[in-house]
Amino acid sequence: MTDKATTMQVYRIVIKASAQAIWDAITKPEWTERYSYGGRVEYDLKSGGRFCHKASAEMKSMGLPDEMIVGKVIECDPPRKLVQTWHPLFNAATAAEAHTRLTYEIQENQGGVCTVTLTHDVTGAPMVAGMVPGGGDPAQGGGGWPWMLSDLKSLLETGKAMAA
Amino acid sequence: MVTYGPDVTDDDHVFKALSDPTRRFLLDLLFERDGRSLKELEPGLEMTRFGVMKHLRILEDAGLVVTRRSGREKLHFLNPVPIRTIHDRWIDKYREREVSALLALKTELEEKDRGS
Repeated sequence: MTDKATTMQVYRIVIKASAQAIWDAITKPEWTERYSYGGRVEYDLKSGGRFCHKASAEMKSMGLPDEMIVGKVIECDPPRKLVQTWHPLFNAATAAEAHTRLTYEIQENQGGVCTVTLTHDVTGAPMVAGMVPGGGDPAQGGGGWPWMLSDLKSLLETGKAMAA
Repeated sequence: MVTYGPDVTDDDHVFKALSDPTRRFLLDLLFERDGRSLKELEPGLEMTRFGVMKHLRILEDAGLVVTRRSGREKLHFLNPVPIRTIHDRWIDKYREREVSALLALKTELEEKDRGS
């Protein structure tokens, strides 16, 4: 067992949408504010480019900072692969941890269906590692990646997100 | 892998995969510690390597397990997303009704209480 394996988390979902639609939903603010916890992203989609996920008004009212997640683009191959760092500044504890690494892979299958695989390398970030698998109440912020991906699927397939 | 045919849905694959105790045990093993190789999963089970592989394949086909190569090893990761979608689709819905039924019962009993 290598250290790498234990600190890696993998999430996969199949979505009936084009790779481009999924790519846009992940990288464009007009999409990201419509599902999961909302909030607008800012991506400079090139290697070394800046990433930032801004808190929505509601999240800010709960005390989250304006730039609640920051990071850097490492690899960008639209609409198939995006590698970036991901550093949540939700609170002092997560902010103090190591920057984590996210990889989105979008694979187009037959019949207009795509497989989206999200790999999260949480080496050196035990708080983040405990938070992102979800398992809590989504309404209380405990949805994690499973809930986020599930909501992304709902939005792209039905035009509506699950979250109210 | 997952098909969107009219007869077999994603949910069918997931429910079928979860219907077997060995496969649920494998998921529990991965829940405890993720990213394990076949060699690491095998000792926990009283069956041949081929048998374990077969179960892992069914879990992978249902999307409950995702494999990644790391050097020469194939590592198995628990994918909690299908369980989340089943939860949202099948459990939340019924729980909501249960909760409202309990609330109605509470109101009724409290009113009765007040009446006596």
